Amino acid sequence: MGSVEHAVSETEQHGPAKGITRWLYTTNHKDIGTLYLLFSLLMFFVGGCMALTIRAELFQPGLQLIVPEFFNQMTTMHGLIMVFGAVMPAFVGLANWMIPMMVGAPDMALPRMNNWSFWILPFAFSMMLSTLFMAGGGPNFGWTFYAPLSTTYAPPSVTFFIFAVHMMGISSIMGAINVIATILNMRAPGMKLMDMPLFVWTWLITAFLLIAVMPVLAGVVTMMLMDIHFDTSFFNAAGGGDPVLFQHVFWFFGHPEVYIMILPAFGVVSEIIPTFARKRLFGYVSMVYATSSIAILSFIVWAHHMFTVGMPLAGELFFMFTTMLIAVPTGVKVFNWIATMFRGSMTFETPMLFALAFVVLFTIGGFSGLMLAIAPADFQYHDTYFVVAHFHYVLVPGSIFSIMAAAYYWLPKWTGHMYNETMGKLHFWLSFIGVNVTFFPMHFLGLAGMPRRIPDYALQFSDFNMVATFGAFLFGFSQLIFVYNLVCCIRSGEKATARVWEGSHGLEWTLPSPPPYHSFTEPPELDKNNTGQS
Amino acid sequence: MRCNRRALLYAGFFYAPLASADWQLNLIEGATEISRSVYSLHMVIFYICVAIAVVVFGVMFWSIFWHRKSRGAKAAHFHESTWIEILWTIIPVAILVSMAVPASTTLIQMYDKNNAELDIQITGYQWKWRYQYLDQDIDFFSNLTTPADQISNEAIKGDNYLLEVDRPMVIPAGKKVRFLITSNDVIHSWWVPALAVKKDAVPGFINEAWTLVDQPGIYRGQCAELCGKDHGFMPIVVEVKSAEDYQLWLQQQGALKLAQQQSAERDWSVEELMSRGEEVYKQSCLACHQAEGQGIPNVFPALAGSPLMNETVDEHIDVVLNGRSGTAMQAFAEQLSASDLAAVITYERGAWGNQGGAVSVQQIKEMLKE
Amino acid sequence: MTSQSYYVPAQSRWPILASIALFLMAFGAGSLINAMSADTGGGSGLIMLLLGSLCMGLILTGWFGHVIDESRQGLYSDQMDRSFRWGMSWFIFSEVMFFAAFFGTLFYVRTLAVPWLGGEGDKGVSNMLWQDFSASWPLMQTPDMDAFPGPAGLIDPWHLPLLNTLLLVTSSVTVTIAHYRLKQDRRSQVIGWLALTIALGFAFIVFQALEYAEAYDELGLTLHAGIYGATFFILTGFHGMHVTLGALMLVIIMLRVIRGHFEPDHHFGFEAVSWYWHFVDVVWIGLFLFVYLI
Ligand code: HEA
Ligand code: HEA
Ligand code: CUA
Ligand SMILES: [Cu+2]
Repeated sequence: MGSVEHAVSETEQHGPAKGITRWLYTTNHKDIGTLYLLFSLLMFFVGGCMALTIRAELFQPGLQLIVPEFFNQMTTMHGLIMVFGAVMPAFVGLANWMIPMMVGAPDMALPRMNNWSFWILPFAFSMMLSTLFMAGGGPNFGWTFYAPLSTTYAPPSVTFFIFAVHMMGISSIMGAINVIATILNMRAPGMKLMDMPLFVWTWLITAFLLIAVMPVLAGVVTMMLMDIHFDTSFFNAAGGGDPVLFQHVFWFFGHPEVYIMILPAFGVVSEIIPTFARKRLFGYVSMVYATSSIAILSFIVWAHHMFTVGMPLAGELFFMFTTMLIAVPTGVKVFNWIATMFRGSMTFETPMLFALAFVVLFTIGGFSGLMLAIAPADFQYHDTYFVVAHFHYVLVPGSIFSIMAAAYYWLPKWTGHMYNETMGKLHFWLSFIGVNVTFFPMHFLGLAGMPRRIPDYALQFSDFNMVATFGAFLFGFSQLIFVYNLVCCIRSGEKATARVWEGSHGLEWTLPSPPPYHSFTEPPELDKNNTGQS
Repeated sequence: MRCNRRALLYAGFFYAPLASADWQLNLIEGATEISRSVYSLHMVIFYICVAIAVVVFGVMFWSIFWHRKSRGAKAAHFHESTWIEILWTIIPVAILVSMAVPASTTLIQMYDKNNAELDIQITGYQWKWRYQYLDQDIDFFSNLTTPADQISNEAIKGDNYLLEVDRPMVIPAGKKVRFLITSNDVIHSWWVPALAVKKDAVPGFINEAWTLVDQPGIYRGQCAELCGKDHGFMPIVVEVKSAEDYQLWLQQQGALKLAQQQSAERDWSVEELMSRGEEVYKQSCLACHQAEGQGIPNVFPALAGSPLMNETVDEHIDVVLNGRSGTAMQAFAEQLSASDLAAVITYERGAWGNQGGAVSVQQIKEMLKE
Repeated sequence: MTSQSYYVPAQSRWPILASIALFLMAFGAGSLINAMSADTGGGSGLIMLLLGSLCMGLILTGWFGHVIDESRQGLYSDQMDRSFRWGMSWFIFSEVMFFAAFFGTLFYVRTLAVPWLGGEGDKGVSNMLWQDFSASWPLMQTPDMDAFPGPAGLIDPWHLPLLNTLLLVTSSVTVTIAHYRLKQDRRSQVIGWLALTIALGFAFIVFQALEYAEAYDELGLTLHAGIYGATFFILTGFHGMHVTLGALMLVIIMLRVIRGHFEPDHHFGFEAVSWYWHFVDVVWIGLFLFVYLI
């Protein structure tokens, strides 16, 4: 198959270019994956520092460190940066690195567009962060930016926020198109859809969700822009519009968005657990169907974020029932993971520890989600710290832990070096303790009646806030161990073998560690042991 | 506190060493039939989740313990089973149905707004609540009264820190009261946990809610929707009175109204206006324009040294009475009495080095008529 | 499957340049709009926006030119062609969802919000706040006529809009004919039918502009005229922009045909643009039905 050599253009054949242009001009899925992952790590720290600012202010009742105006900006930016800057780019980074290797392709389907998807992000986030320094301050209306607080009553910087969201949307849509095209078109000959590793499956569905809802987000911010600057009345009753309309459109995007942040995590965990249980994934087919069902259901549950806006009874019931239904396919996933572990032969390296913690803590977050889905009960939980506890359980020990698990799992493959296992375990245990100390007490705070997004609180909430702040700093600083481990691994880790893990399965492990610059210049031969069903 | 102790039992597992008796860990049962059924619904779904967790995590930890490689476990080869997949689809559905039934019943009850004996319109303002008793000609604002020095940690915080207001909403016990909730500016949310009522106040629309409290008492809550800078500082206090006490209160309100009218009639000296004005300023203006009238750059305009406060009287009065549309500046014509308006405007024109000169109650009244 | 040779392009500076241009456009537009709203003249914002747009135009020309060159050198396999097809299809799907947001808005205000404000339905109590208001659609009388003076008149669907519908539907047909002729390798006819399509497209845009002028000058139907005007302009406006973009792409395609670019069995650039054109047409049918007619 000599034509392959011919097809890979001249400069690309012999590996990466030298210097900074390698990163600026790259069309290589691994380089772009690395860029995404590093960008996401940076944003995680930026968003984390904002969270620590929030937690420091909430350490005690009273206003001590920052003024309410700035507190609101911190809350808003923290949410936005974590969601759009940390979690989403991290998963796109993983997709870039792994999908071509998992389906046996030389690269992503549309490599130049791939580069563009990434490089829009630093510009978009610079623009968004720059709003913090503008006259009137940055966005202060929550990451959900409900109108009219975000329109008529917003600081002028909201215009830049809107354009930043547009840019992120463009980036995500192009990234998702690339993922879909790669999966649908670049599989090694003979790899059927039902042979694909679950990480690829979950990303296929995630990409579909992204393409379906990011434009809706773009639409809603455009209507905001019109209301602010061009005198329209979409979200203003005086002209026949409705502020609640904003929420409907936002959450039509927003709810699928939360599954965008968890489905790839499901994929990661479905790769890791079989590896360390040394047993084939239980119920592959039902996993695929469950993921699809979650995605489909996610389009018809959005108003569970809006139970208190005063919907008609029928709406309230409809959204309550559909939301509850999501527990069923999600349960199927959890049960399948556990059935995979059952009668396996388990070992507990760092990726596995993170994956196991994911299963337990995500499920706890899912349970609180289910409680929130019960509309009459949600009247008491809504906009309290119970919600904050819920979504941090699904996002931090959910998405973030799965990203950590993925990083440890594939680091030896990416770098060709092993990370330090002791340090990895230390990172895990401190994170595990930190996360629970931070977010578990928030359940109590919420039930006891503490509203979210407040810089100061009544005295009965003091103790648990103190505990949570303590946990947040513990968790935050534990992440520095990860950075240190990462650096050590890249610079001086032990050499890794191609298979790395005893139980590893799938095409990516047939390549050497680190893999060649172009993953599969020749389509690999498939056998039962290196497809997703293995 | 029975519920507290029960809460401690199940939650204390994690935090046993930290738990102390006065910590509230769980939802309160509340003071109405609805709030109690919400509470029991909450407990039911909570226990179901705990039960599922025990089973699921139980199996998981069993495997983690017994099927470790270090114990010599050899991996089995099974990897699918259709009947078990069906089973663990159907059982959760059944569990969900058993939750959905009581949930729907409670929800339908909550939506039954008929036969209320009293209607109160609740309007959210940045950052205070307004209560209008629709058939009684009672209309007042309810502001936070926690002193600024407690918030800035310069004074010991009181018992009801951040949960105290100047004029609570007062309702009779044993009567169904309907709330018509709306907003004047951004979205707020009116929430009193003990009544299990949380409804968003959406500008331009009215949401209905109702309550029927059986025992007199004082119930506290907070605004539950981010509404700007002082979202954390707009509490709600509901005072539930027995039928007789409620009648008494109604009479007092009538008398109060009369006194207010009289104070607008009488003559006010500039000193009186200045000192009354300072109080009003603290209550109504300080949150934005700040203690020294310095405002917040680019967010809320400064009053000290502003031409509006030093020259143009009519425009100054106009802005205070009618607000500035498209900004956070509200219309105070309805919120404050004529004498309070005169007082606060006089104060703004005389404080912080401003030299605008006093205005009279009479001037205000004329502007109000227009 | 013929996946043996997949062309992985060399390093490229187009994407990073395009990111910078996009940033300039966004930041410029933001500054400009803010300055306009604050009445402080938008000099620097405008310059940034224009500079950014200019750069973006040049970059896209260069980038697409590059892709065309590669394609003409025969570097692209069938598989590559399929990647482009998937890419274009999903891009169009994303556009569909973009319009779906605005159609959803239209349906929501028509069937829920406006009736509620007018005192009908579950939240009819809201009418307490707007006692002089009663619901109707199209909304001529807004709840607060001082803040949002409703329109004085409406566009008659059976004049310009009907004409425009005919124009666009016809243009969808002509572009399809052009496609058939291309498959038959009859170049001059392809050019003719394409030119006709483009002419129809531009005619549509001109009529739409006339319609807007009438709406603003004579009917008082403006962005400021309450929710009817708002939904009307956001839907027709974004559609109009898409028609403009589509027409420009058709022009480029025609130039390429003139230069003899496409093969009867290999002309994805042509097909992509015609898909886009059909999409724009379908959206218009939706608009004609739900915005003008019903
Ligand atoms: C990764 C992100 C993520 C995920 C996966 C979820 C998952 C779920 N979420 Fe969550 N949610 C958020 C992120 C997420 N959420 C965020 C960010 C917010 C707040 C946004 C804001 O306002 O800022 C939010 C808010 C939120 C609300 C609104 C609360 C409010 O504001 O009042 C609700 C209400 O229904 C809800 C419900 C659910 C449900 C039912 C699930 C389900 O998918 C969970 C399903 C999982 C399980 C149930 C556990 C496993 C199942 C079993 C073991 C099977 C057996 C179980 C039973 C039969 C019970 N979520
Ligand atoms: C994936 C998403 C994600 C993640 C990972 C997190 C992570 C964290 N969040 Fe986040 N959070 C949200 C999404 C997320 N959050 C969202 C969507 C909201 C809602 C926003 C809104 O209301 O609009 C929210 C709101 C929110 C609140 C409520 C604010 C309010 O209502 O006012 C709080 C309060 O405690 C909080 C805390 C934390 C903490 C302590 C972490 C920790 O996990 C963070 C860990 C900390 C670090 C990683 C910092 C590491 C840095 C250092 C150790 C310093 C070293 C310094 C240098 C190297 C320079 N978050
Ligand atoms: Cu009012 Cu929050
Ligand atoms: Cu949701």
